[in-house]
Amino acid sequence: MAALGAPLRTLRALLRELRHAAGRHYRDSPAYRHVLAAFRAHRVTSEKLCRAQQELHFQAATYLCLLRSVREHEALHREYHGKGERSPEEVAGLVGFRLPQQPGGKG
Amino acid sequence: LWDRSLPAGFPRLPSAAAGSGPAGPCGRRAYAPPGERKRFYQNVSISQGEGGFEINLDHRKLKTPQAKLFTVPSEALAIAVATEWDSQKDTIKFYTMHLTTLCNTALDNPTQRNKTQLIRAAVKFLETDTLCYRVEEPPALAELQKNEWDPVVDWAEKRYNVTIGSSTSILGPNIPASTKETFISHLASYNMWALQGIEFVITQLKSLILSMGLIDRHITVEKAVLLSRLEEEYQIRRWGKVEWAHDYDLCELRARTAAGTLFVHLCSESSSVKHKLLQD
Repeated sequence: MAALGAPLRTLRALLRELRHAAGRHYRDSPAYRHVLAAFRAHRVTSEKLCRAQQELHFQAATYLCLLRSVREHEALHREYHGKGERSPEEVAGLVGFRLPQQPGGKG
Repeated sequence: LWDRSLPAGFPRLPSAAAGSGPAGPCGRRAYAPPGERKRFYQNVSISQGEGGFEINLDHRKLKTPQAKLFTVPSEALAIAVATEWDSQKDTIKFYTMHLTTLCNTALDNPTQRNKTQLIRAAVKFLETDTLCYRVEEPPALAELQKNEWDPVVDWAEKRYNVTIGSSTSILGPNIPASTKETFISHLASYNMWALQGIEFVITQLKSLILSMGLIDRHITVEKAVLLSRLEEEYQIRRWGKVEWAHDYDLCELRARTAAGTLFVHLCSESSSVKHKLLQD
């Protein structure tokens, strides 16, 4: 069985991720309600008795990993890969130049 | 514009191949949704139809890239997909919506493979399974591979009563036919949807053994991804980490693997679990 840790911890982290994903009315979102209902129905505790409990915990941990990784991936993408090309002004500014002003337009 | 002619979901614009996808029969990227689009809906909700659960973006029903109605067999999966759509802010970033993509693949089957072909593709990966290819040097890496990968290979051999082994030769291990047969018949017990997910996870992790470890809940997604990237992690520890490449790839692999694993489990949910959930 995978080393998952305490179910309560997974649940709290998962609910936090859902809050990030959902926005203001996160408590009404179907995912939030479904996760809470599922955990209550199985009453996940630290006891390693019920197989369905373990299945649910694994599913919750997997979903948590999904939400977390997507959020982190998006953040990294924004940070490093989302900026696009620099404008000519910015490129000139990199080496301390400014583009020339041509009052009559080009050519 | 899209209101009139196009059903909700991915616009069917064959020329708008900003993203990547499998090439169509004529070689063009006929199955490529655009990379990003503005969010055009306020509310996302779920409804139950004849074929299963459907996603509604405002009043429009979500459709697949091939314009089929988007239906999923599991309510939990529908909720997760709805959450993906609802968590998009100003633009819809399709490349982050892994569950939606998996459902689309299962519904459209763009590579047009049947169950036998999918299983064959999955089991074929065993011949080039990451866990079976060992280095001889540097000795630290060889040791790391032995300590981290051997237990998982042993688990798979015991669990499925097969011989897999490992090899340092460039040709890889010699997988007995009986081993392949065992995995073929085991995978045959999964439905078509779950198999799409399994094949996806195998392709991402480059390992059948790790994927089975995930499906059987023997290891977590984080652990499976770590083991899949063992050599890379070793090099990172030795030479340092480059955030915009290493972490980026790591997060993406984790996201895809987690999505694939969750997809498989939600598509092969046992009825006893469902029964319990319905009792509330």
